[in-house]
Amino acid sequence: MSVSTSPKTRKVRATVPPRPNKPRRGGASRRAPHWWVPWAFAAPGLALFGLTTGYPLVRSLQISFYQWSVLPGTASQFVGLGNYVRALGDSQFWNSVENAGAYLLMTVPATIAIALAFATLLHRPMPGRTLFRVIYYIPVVTSWVVVSLLFRYLFTTDNGAVNWFIQDIVHVVNGPVPWLEQRWTAMAAVSLLGIWKNLGWCIVVFLAALAGVQQDLYEAAEIDGANAWHKFVYVTFPGIRGTVVFVTIVQIIGAFNVFPSILLMTNGGPAGSTEVPLTYMYKQAFSFLDFGYAAAMSFVLAIIISAVSYLQYRFTREKKEARS
Amino acid sequence: MAMTSVRVLLVAAGALFMIAPFLIMVSTSFEPDTALLPSPPHFFPQNLTFSNYLDAWNGSDFGRYFLNSAYVSVLTTVASVAISAMTAFAFARFDFPAKNLVYGILLAGLMIPGIVVIVPQFILAKSLGLVDSLNGLVFFYTAGQIAFTTFLLRAFFERVPIELDEAMTIDGAGTLRKFLRLYLPLGRPALATAGVFSFLGAWDEYVWALTVISDSSKRTLPLGIAAFQGEHSTAWGLVFAASTIAVIPVVAVYIAGQRHLISGLTAGAVK
Repeated sequence: MSVSTSPKTRKVRATVPPRPNKPRRGGASRRAPHWWVPWAFAAPGLALFGLTTGYPLVRSLQISFYQWSVLPGTASQFVGLGNYVRALGDSQFWNSVENAGAYLLMTVPATIAIALAFATLLHRPMPGRTLFRVIYYIPVVTSWVVVSLLFRYLFTTDNGAVNWFIQDIVHVVNGPVPWLEQRWTAMAAVSLLGIWKNLGWCIVVFLAALAGVQQDLYEAAEIDGANAWHKFVYVTFPGIRGTVVFVTIVQIIGAFNVFPSILLMTNGGPAGSTEVPLTYMYKQAFSFLDFGYAAAMSFVLAIIISAVSYLQYRFTREKKEARS
Repeated sequence: MAMTSVRVLLVAAGALFMIAPFLIMVSTSFEPDTALLPSPPHFFPQNLTFSNYLDAWNGSDFGRYFLNSAYVSVLTTVASVAISAMTAFAFARFDFPAKNLVYGILLAGLMIPGIVVIVPQFILAKSLGLVDSLNGLVFFYTAGQIAFTTFLLRAFFERVPIELDEAMTIDGAGTLRKFLRLYLPLGRPALATAGVFSFLGAWDEYVWALTVISDSSKRTLPLGIAAFQGEHSTAWGLVFAASTIAVIPVVAVYIAGQRHLISGLTAGAVK
């Protein structure tokens, strides 16, 4: 259908008032002049996405069923669920999952709690507010490579800044802690980097949510004699619960994705004890060229992450329905 | 007010922890390397020297890495914003079959961490001849931004008043003309947001570059810095000089685009 451009029609159409029952958003312009017009606009983007994400995802599943041969001209061997069975029995894989779990527990609750506290402090006007927001956000935009190397430097055993701080300033230890030389202290160091780097993002998102909480609720609470803590628990938190869940899930997914910081701070060491699923998978793929096994592990991980995302989706939906 | 000063004090104390690592990084970059780290750490440079910067820029290949990163990031930004704007426009202003299904798949792509598909992506890059090439990086970085940028821009294009669109139709404008003359100009703030995200994403990316780049002359800054640290593990002054050079454009882009960045960040997060 083409739109007439003659001056006569124009005048008529311009003077006819819109029909009252015409849906506001479903006007003439939602209909494309030709069926292929929207596709033509969407094609480059969809093609790129399909080629680099959709197709590899399917291919990943396929590769995971093979003892994949990386040499051209040699046949890959179909092994069915063999790679998955191998992952389930691989203690190093489970060790890496355990580390990701520990990282998650050390980073996510702390990040959310600290970010909520600082967002609440920063929410109302104060001198230097913009400057503070910029400072808190700078780690977010800085490359993982830069901050990982920086933290490796800060966590140096001899004369490292962290050991100086805990030994000479707050006096909680007597000798230097060999942070990156043992499993759990190394995971703690990587976790501290995770908290430090992600804090700014969480604060910014929480600030946006806090701006949406109705002010009259606070006034009502004040009249009822609520103190600051009561106001937070009964007004602020219910008002931003959806956002808190959203941020939590993004952080959980991020925890499963911890990768460059491990690679550059410990490289999985000492003796492979701080590998996380992605570093372990990456090494299987690109150090040992075991593409089939790596694909199987990455698929297990993708399923876990999708399940978490889905649960989040369901959880927020239920909360919304329960409130309305 | 007493309450306000307590708040400022707490926030300032937190800010100190956020900024202290950077102070140490910058100070170290302006000092000659020592066998043992200084204790207490220097938050401001002592024995000020620029030799690390001169060495990084001239002696090592950081000048080249910087240009490689700039090339890749700028092209990625332009390409991903242009392509996503077209895609977002199609989803924002037209009804077509399977629209919601296709969009759902696109959004699901946002949830999948890139590294899950890194093995088949690597195989794909190899068969397309896109390994060890800066244009190959641009191709995959652009593709990787499509889902998020389309998501950002669609919401914005949907808020363009339909009356303006209809008025242009009446004036005889075709779809392409409306896209170029109405949606793109009105969408400038959203396009800027998308651009900031694309630029920062490409500038900071490490894992994919590590996987496909082996020719040292094709290294981007993150690769160059990591490789350099691996080769000279004690030359921290040089590593941090290079890091500081890498961080400056990021902070500049961030401060220039701060408002846009925050509106984009919170677009999907707050309902």
